[in-house]
Amino acid sequence: MAKPPTPPTARGTRRSLPPQALPWLGLLALALALPFFMSVLPWLKAWPVDWLLPLADWINAAMDALAPALKPTTRILSATLEWPMLALRDVLQWLPWPVLVLAVLLLAFHASGPKLAVICLLALLYIALSGYWRQAMNTLALVGIAVPLSLLLGLLIGIAAQRTKIGARLVPPALDVMQTMPTFAYLIPLLVLFGFGPVVGLIASAIYACPPMVRNVHLGLSRIPGEIKEAATFAGSSAWQKLFWVELPAAMTQIKVGINQTIMAALSMVIIASVIGGFDDIGWEVLSTMRKARFGESLLAGFVIVLLAVVIDRISAAYASKDSTQRTPLLAGRIGYCGGGLLLLCAAFKLSGFDPSITDPAWAKAVATWLDTRLEGIVVAYGNALTAIKNTLFYYYLLPLRIGFSQAILPFTWGFDFTQLMRWSYAIACGVLALGLSWRSGWRKGLLLAALAYLLYFGLTGMPWLVFGTAIILLAWQAGNLATAVFTGLALTFILVTGMWERAMLSIYLCGAAVILSFLLGSALGVWAATRERASAVIRPIADTFQTIPLFVFLIPVLMFFQIGEFTALLAIIAYAFVPAVRYTENGLRQVSPELLEVATEQGATPWQIFWQIKVPLALPTIMVGLNQTVMYAFAMLVIAALVGTTGLGQQVYLSLSAADTGAGLIAGLSMALLAMVTDRIMQTWARKRFAGMASTAH
Amino acid sequence: MTPITPALECRNLWKVYGDNAEERLKQYAPTNAKQAAECSTALSAEGGIIASGHINLQIQPGEFFVLMGLSGSGKSTLMRCMSRLTEPSAGELLLDGADFLSAKPKALRQIRRQKMGMVFQHFGLFPHMTVQDNVAYPLRVQGINPAERQRKAQEMIELVGLEGRENAYPHQLSGGQKQRVGIARSLAVDPELWFLDEPFSALDPLIRWQMQSELLRLQTLFHKTIIFVTHDFMEAVRLADRIAIMKDGQVVQVGTPQDIVLNPATDYVAEFVKEAPRTRIIKVDQLMQAAPAATTTTFNGQALSQDMTLEDALSWSAERAGELPVRDQNGQLIGVITPERLAMALGNTPGKATSNSDRQSAQPPAGVNS
Repeated sequence: MAKPPTPPTARGTRRSLPPQALPWLGLLALALALPFFMSVLPWLKAWPVDWLLPLADWINAAMDALAPALKPTTRILSATLEWPMLALRDVLQWLPWPVLVLAVLLLAFHASGPKLAVICLLALLYIALSGYWRQAMNTLALVGIAVPLSLLLGLLIGIAAQRTKIGARLVPPALDVMQTMPTFAYLIPLLVLFGFGPVVGLIASAIYACPPMVRNVHLGLSRIPGEIKEAATFAGSSAWQKLFWVELPAAMTQIKVGINQTIMAALSMVIIASVIGGFDDIGWEVLSTMRKARFGESLLAGFVIVLLAVVIDRISAAYASKDSTQRTPLLAGRIGYCGGGLLLLCAAFKLSGFDPSITDPAWAKAVATWLDTRLEGIVVAYGNALTAIKNTLFYYYLLPLRIGFSQAILPFTWGFDFTQLMRWSYAIACGVLALGLSWRSGWRKGLLLAALAYLLYFGLTGMPWLVFGTAIILLAWQAGNLATAVFTGLALTFILVTGMWERAMLSIYLCGAAVILSFLLGSALGVWAATRERASAVIRPIADTFQTIPLFVFLIPVLMFFQIGEFTALLAIIAYAFVPAVRYTENGLRQVSPELLEVATEQGATPWQIFWQIKVPLALPTIMVGLNQTVMYAFAMLVIAALVGTTGLGQQVYLSLSAADTGAGLIAGLSMALLAMVTDRIMQTWARKRFAGMASTAH
Repeated sequence: MTPITPALECRNLWKVYGDNAEERLKQYAPTNAKQAAECSTALSAEGGIIASGHINLQIQPGEFFVLMGLSGSGKSTLMRCMSRLTEPSAGELLLDGADFLSAKPKALRQIRRQKMGMVFQHFGLFPHMTVQDNVAYPLRVQGINPAERQRKAQEMIELVGLEGRENAYPHQLSGGQKQRVGIARSLAVDPELWFLDEPFSALDPLIRWQMQSELLRLQTLFHKTIIFVTHDFMEAVRLADRIAIMKDGQVVQVGTPQDIVLNPATDYVAEFVKEAPRTRIIKVDQLMQAAPAATTTTFNGQALSQDMTLEDALSWSAERAGELPVRDQNGQLIGVITPERLAMALGNTPGKATSNSDRQSAQPPAGVNS
């Protein structure tokens, strides 16, 4: 076994080390010593199976015991939900399509104006023409029932959180768990309780989608100025009058933001829940065609999802941002010409013998086949290039992160053997570099380099759990505070003793790999958008649209070009997670006060200096929020990416879903939520400490 | 004269914040000023905050009563205790002689619906309602039918001069207009007790002046019992029948503006008074001497009215004197001046707190009071 890099010790630094550095030195010593004992004490490398807590079995046993008792209730609930859902589905199916198009058009008109109406018209025409009208309506029926449920639930919980002490205590942490819990994990216990069927997706969507509503209701109510509440009290309002006549309406602007987010979350979850199957909805269509590798069709169907999302989002967002005090009269005139236009359109369709209820229309089939052949052509023509991209990234980026140089460097991958001499040279070079760096620019940088070198040598999965866990807890303690460290310790212990450590490491590895690339890509685009108006004009709407697209759809394009596997998953995650980095970087850079820039220019700073010395430091708090969001998005997508082949916690959740294994699924899901929460906490407490007081200067 | 029941009376009223502060206060149970001072010192030492301490005030019906103090002096808290928007920690509060603190939520609501109105510093307008709906809201909660409440709201809107803006939303109004809505709303139920919490602080000086005049006009119409909070001594002096000056949760001095200007109780009060335009506050009857027992002089039918301010009295008297010569060091005549001019100059010097434009309009036309 090779000797890993030597630590930057006090010997090499002239300045005395601060006390914070000491635990790190201890850890480094431990980290360097451990590899030599791993063969003697195997539990240092992997937590022994005998020491595992059979939590999954306990949960399953509890579920088995509870399920029969709960069955009658769930059956009633199931029936009460299924009935309106089926009814809505039938109504939507029965409704002649022009009626729905007209209704949507009027809504779009009322919400925003002719531009949105035209967008919606085109979107709906595509859906009608593509032959997926029926599936789209089925999805709409699910959303149509899930959304009101979710809104009601969110409203009640939000009010409770704002009004009651117990609510204020319980709700925020519960929301954290709910929002970081992988989507599939919601489905598993519901499946056990409700059995297979669309109702599970419905309930899961309603639950999954309510946190944004809760948050915004809570926020909206809390932000009402005290005087407005006092004015209501002083007028002699009863509690109900105050809530319904004053507080909720006054908070409506905020609540509408929540409504929009909840609708989009519900749509996303409805699509994801289609993995359960049985409702012939659009998500199922995409999934099944993808499984059959009929990418032409899945592209066409995926586009339906995108358009559905865009239409629903734009209309609800337009309502949300609309000044409710400006009442637009309900369109007496517009009904006229929208209706007239539609009549003409219908007549044209009638004459051409078009019926959207017919699935798989000939043209769509033709387009799908054409797409398929084109795709195949591309894959064949550029196969070598695609494989080269994939292999390069895989061998030189993913593998070292996952298993480290120690195992990744092989003649097969890198073209040479990692000889003993090289290992020693690597260790010594890194050690010297780390020492030099800590001497020149402080112990933190030296330590960072040493840690990175260690990580790259062993890889995330090859690292002893003790080293990794201790490092993270130390980080949580020093970057955050004691509470963060305790939380981190508990979370990691949970993952360790429930036997999820290895999978968690795989998840961290893939997530980390994706986050690094997403953030690089995203912030680069963000910088570009912040400096060039034209770039911003192009990037912004694309970023907005990417955020509204249900996660699922991102799988199609990557799967077309690269087969199932980790690399494909990586691309899918990046496609979703780079967006917040773009947005926040651009916003952060744009928020820097022009006055400060004038000062810098006046003092003769070059644009480059202004960028690095003024703009970036001032935008950093916002950019860090973007990084945090990128991490959260990556975690969210990681689970969906399990569909195209990952090996971490996401896969465990997905496997448990198909096996209806509540225990394993919940534990894997919870582990993932804990990882996301730990990352989030550390980053947030660090940012709060680091950027305290900067908000005032940044604006 | 039979004693009048005060419209609102505070007896040994306290409001304290902090861990256990309320319980500790109950243990101390201070009854007189000396005990109160000891108790305050002890509570502060324990980390408690005394927002209002040992407040004893009587506010008479129809009185314009101003609570004046700098920010953090506890004036807003005291007003909120008086209206029970905040529950006092200890003490008694009598509304028309009846115990107000024991009123249960339902009774309290009823009292607020019928007897009280409040105007807020930042207006407290409902952003989602039109001017009309804002003003009608206190009537709506009482279940009054729409036609009736619209009629009443309209009346109030006209009273504050906002006719034509009935259907505007708060965000479409200027600050002065917003506060007019706030005033109209607080008057919609025709309250007896009218609380105004720094109503004009958020307004521009000129608008503030106009609104003060407007308020004085309304008060001559309605004769409400007014409790008005401000941090602006000039405003207090201009509006108040009586002022209570607060500092650190205590009332330092209570009296008419003249009392306070002529006899500030402490150095703290004297600081405010120094800034005050004495010539516009002190009135003739405070300065006059007893008329000789057997007055034979007729004064040519001329007289100063009793409530004329010093400034007006000076300029009034000065008008009646002629020009006086002004000479340089060598005794050379360089100009003439009238005492009137001198008095006018005097009237313009004092007061830094109000802006120049404000003072221009502050200048009442000469002789108005005579």
